Amino acid sequence: MSLDSSQTMTTPDGRTIGGVVMEMKHITLRFGGVVAIKDISFDIREGEIRAIIGPNGAGKSSMLNVINGFYHPQEGEVWFEGKRRKPMKPHEIAHQGIARTFQNIALFKGMTTLDNIMTGRFTRMKAPWWQQAIWAGPAEREEVANREVVEKIIDFLEIQAIRKTPVGRLPYGLQKRVELGRALGAEPRLLLLDEPMAGMNVEEKEDMSRFILDVNDEFGTTIALIEHDMGVVMDISDRVVVMDYGAKIGDGTPDEVRNNPAVIDAYLGVAHD
Amino acid sequence: MTADRPATGLDTFPKLLARNVDSFGTGHAYREKEFGIWQSWTWAEAGEQVAALAKGLIALGLDEGDYVAVIGRNRPHLYMAMTSIQCAGAIPVPLYQDAVAEEMAYVLDHCGARYVIAEDQEQVDKVMDIKDRLPGLEQILYLDPRGLRKYDHTHLHKLEEVVAAGRASDNEGDLKRRSDALSGASTCVMLYTSGTTGRPKGVVLSNDNIILTAKASAEVDHLTHTDSVLAYLPMAWVGDFIFSMGQAYWTGFCVACPESEATMQHDLREIGPTYFFAPPRFFEGLLTNVTIRMEDAAKIKQRMYRYFMGVAGRVGPDILDGKPVGFMDRMLYRLGDLLVYGPLKNTLGLSRVRVGYTAGEAIGPELFDFYRSIGINLKQLYGQTEASVFITQQADGQVRADTVGTPTPGVEIRIDENGEVFYRSPGVFQEYYKNAESTASTKDAEGWVATGDAGFIEPDTGQLRIIDRAKDVGKMSDGSMYAPKYVENKLKFYPNILEAVVFGAGRDRCCAFLNIDLAAVGNWAERNNIAYASYQELAAHPRVYAMFQEHVEAVNESIAHDGMLSGCQVHRFVILHKQLDADDGELTRTQKVRRRIIEEKFSDIIDALYDGSDSVYTETEVTYEDGRKGKIKATLEIRDAKVWPRNPAVAAE
Repeated sequence: MSLDSSQTMTTPDGRTIGGVVMEMKHITLRFGGVVAIKDISFDIREGEIRAIIGPNGAGKSSMLNVINGFYHPQEGEVWFEGKRRKPMKPHEIAHQGIARTFQNIALFKGMTTLDNIMTGRFTRMKAPWWQQAIWAGPAEREEVANREVVEKIIDFLEIQAIRKTPVGRLPYGLQKRVELGRALGAEPRLLLLDEPMAGMNVEEKEDMSRFILDVNDEFGTTIALIEHDMGVVMDISDRVVVMDYGAKIGDGTPDEVRNNPAVIDAYLGVAHD
Repeated sequence: MTADRPATGLDTFPKLLARNVDSFGTGHAYREKEFGIWQSWTWAEAGEQVAALAKGLIALGLDEGDYVAVIGRNRPHLYMAMTSIQCAGAIPVPLYQDAVAEEMAYVLDHCGARYVIAEDQEQVDKVMDIKDRLPGLEQILYLDPRGLRKYDHTHLHKLEEVVAAGRASDNEGDLKRRSDALSGASTCVMLYTSGTTGRPKGVVLSNDNIILTAKASAEVDHLTHTDSVLAYLPMAWVGDFIFSMGQAYWTGFCVACPESEATMQHDLREIGPTYFFAPPRFFEGLLTNVTIRMEDAAKIKQRMYRYFMGVAGRVGPDILDGKPVGFMDRMLYRLGDLLVYGPLKNTLGLSRVRVGYTAGEAIGPELFDFYRSIGINLKQLYGQTEASVFITQQADGQVRADTVGTPTPGVEIRIDENGEVFYRSPGVFQEYYKNAESTASTKDAEGWVATGDAGFIEPDTGQLRIIDRAKDVGKMSDGSMYAPKYVENKLKFYPNILEAVVFGAGRDRCCAFLNIDLAAVGNWAERNNIAYASYQELAAHPRVYAMFQEHVEAVNESIAHDGMLSGCQVHRFVILHKQLDADDGELTRTQKVRRRIIEEKFSDIIDALYDGSDSVYTETEVTYEDGRKGKIKATLEIRDAKVWPRNPAVAAE
C-alpha cells in the first residue's frame, strides 16, 4: 500500500481512504537517558483505521501521546492537517480535533453517563460562562444542541439504559463504552484509542469492535488504536505499525505485517545462537 | 364464526384506521422514546404513514395475498408497517426477533414470504444468511440504516425510502381497491406458535377473529381511546397483537414503545400506562426488588412499610372490589395510600394502571394479593394463540388468584369427560397454515378447539379453574382425579420450596419430593442462627423439615377443600439432598420437571415413600459443571404429613 500523500484509495469493503492527515517524521522521544521512541516515521490517512501494535514496553502509548501532542518529541516533526505542530498548552491540545480514550479508564466516576459524555462537548461550547451560569438565551440553545449530539451518541452506543447511572457503578466493559462516547462527543477528526479492548471478555470485544467499525463507517472518523489482541487488530484495521523497543519494525496492511519476519521474531521470539 | 359483525361495519384494520383518523385524528396512536425524548404519532399521522408505506410496497411489487415477515422489537414503524401490509391486501407475519437464523429459515420458507421488513442490521444479517435457501424471498426492507450503508442494495431497501416512493407514487386507486376488497373473513395475520414440541405452526387468524375478540375483551374492561399501553412483549406473540393492534385499533388507545429492552422499567414509569400485561415472573421480580430495597431502607421507613402493608393486606383487596369496609380501616388505607402505596406504585410505574392482566402460568396468591392490596387492579386471563388470546378473563369484582375468570363474551366452554377444556368462540383460528392434519386434530367440525389443559368450572361462581396439562392428569387407584402440577404449584408458592415433584398416578395416595430454595432457606437459617456446611446438611436439618412439614400440611388443608382434587393431598414427603438440575437431565432447559426421568432415577426413594420406612439410604450420580461425574450418598428422612378428611361438601370457598 504505497500511496503518495494526496492520493485516495478504496478498501476491499468499500470505504474510501483519503490523503494523509497526520505524518510523523523521524520522531525520537527521550525521558532522560531512556529512549522511548527511536526515529519513527509513519503516516495516518483520512478515514482509515490505523493500528499500532507491539510487545509490552515497545513505546506504543508514548507514540499515542506524541500523536495527540501531550508529549513533544526531542527530534523529528509532527505534521497534522498540513501544518507542522509546535509545542502546545493543554487547552490547545484539546481544541485541535483529536480525541482519545485511556488505557486505564479516566471518567468522572461520580457523574452520570450523560454528564460524562456531555463533558466531551466542552470544547464545542462557545457561550460565555456567565450566560451558562444564568441559563441565558444562546447558552440554553447551545446546551439543547449539545444534548442532541450526546443523545445520538448514546443511541449509537446502545447505552440508553445507563443514561442516568453514575459511571462508577457500571461494569468495566460499559465504562469503556462510555469513555468512547465521551471521545465521540468532541466530534474528533482523529480518534485515538489506547487499548480499547484490554480486559474485556470475548463478547465485549466483539461489541467494541463493531462500535469502532461503525464509528469509522458512520462518521468517517479517522482512528488510530493500540491493541494487544492480534485477532481484533488484524480484523478491523486497514494498516498496522509494529513497534519493538521503541523502533518501528514493520508497517503495512495486516497481511503484510503478519508475514513480516521481523514482526514474527518480535512476537514469537527468535533463537539466538 | 357465526358471531354478528359490528353494526358499524368496522370489520377490517384499514376501516378501523380510517375511523380512528376521523374520530381521534389529533389523539396519539403511538409513542416511542428515542434520543431520550418521547416521540409521538397522532392517528392522522399514522394514517398518512401507513398509506404511504402501503403505496410504496405496491410500487415495489407487493401482490395481494403475499406474506410479509416483520422482524424486530416493538416499534411504531413496525406496527404501522403491519397495517400497511394489510391495507395493500397482503398478510403480515411477525416473527420473534431473538429467533436464530435457522428457526427463521423454516418459518420464512413455510409461509413463502416474498418480503421481509426487518428492524436493523442484526435482523437483516440473519435473513441474508439464509437467503439462498429461500427462493421465494425477493426484497428486504429495513428500518434502522446503521451499519447497512455498504450492503448490496439490489434487494435491500430503506423503509424510509419506500415510504417516500409511496408518497410520490400514483397508485392511490390501487391501494383503495385492495383495502376495500378486504372483509371480515379475510386473513388478518399469521402468527407462528413457538412450538415446544416439533415445528412451529402458522396460526391463521381472520379479521373477524381479531376484531371481534378485541371488541369483546375491550368491552369487559371498558377500554377507551384515553387508555394507554406499553408494548414490550414480542410482536410475534398473539397477546401483543391483540393488545397493541386489535384493541388499540378498536378503541383507539395509544401504544407506547420503550427505548430499548433494558430501559423498559424506566419507560414504564415515565409512560404510566392505564392498561398493562405482564407474565407472573415479571411481577415476581418486581416484588423481590421492592423487598430487597425495603430491607436497605431506614428503620422508620421499614416500620411504616410493614404497618401499612398489613393494613393493605387486610382491607386493600376488598376496597378494590368495592366491598364494604369499616370507616377506620378506610381512613387508614387512605393514609397508607398517601404514605406508602401511592409512592410505591409510582416507583413501579403502575400508578395509573386501571386494568392489569397476568397469564401464562399460575401466579402465587401472596404475590397476586400484594399487587391487589396496594390498589393495582391485577387480574388473570386464560388464552391461546388459537383463540386470538381470550378464552376467559376476570371481570372487575370477581378476581381471585386460583381461577382464570369467566368466559369472555362470545366464548363457549365445554369440559369433556377427561376434564380437558374445549372452547368455541368468534376468535377461533381459521387453520394451521399448510397443515390440514393438525387443524383437524385440534379443531372439530363444529368449531370446538381442544386446549390441552384440564380444568373445571366452579359451579357457584362460573369461573374456570385450570388444573394441569391434560396429558399429566391421571387417576389414582381409587379412581379420584390426580393432577400433580396443581399440587406442585401450590407447594412452590412458598418461597422456601424451589421445586416439588408429586407422585401418585395409579397409587392409593400422593407423595412428594421437595427441593429447598438455597437462597431463601439459607437466608432464613442465617437469621435463625442455624449453622450448616453444605446444601445437603441444610436440606436435612430438622428445623427445615419442621418448616416444610408446616408448608405441606397447609397445602393439604387447602387441597382438602378442593372437592374433586382432595385426593391429591401429600401423605409423605422427602427433602432431596440435591437440587434437581437440567445438567443431570432432571429438568428441561426451561426448568420444567421431567417426571419420567426423575421416577427412574430416584426409584429407591419413591419405594421408601410408599413402603412406610422412616428413612432411606441413597446414592445419586451427579454431573459437575465441567462434565465430570460424581456420587452423592445420603440417608434421607421421610416425614408423614397430616392429611385432612376429604370433604366435597365444602368445595370451593
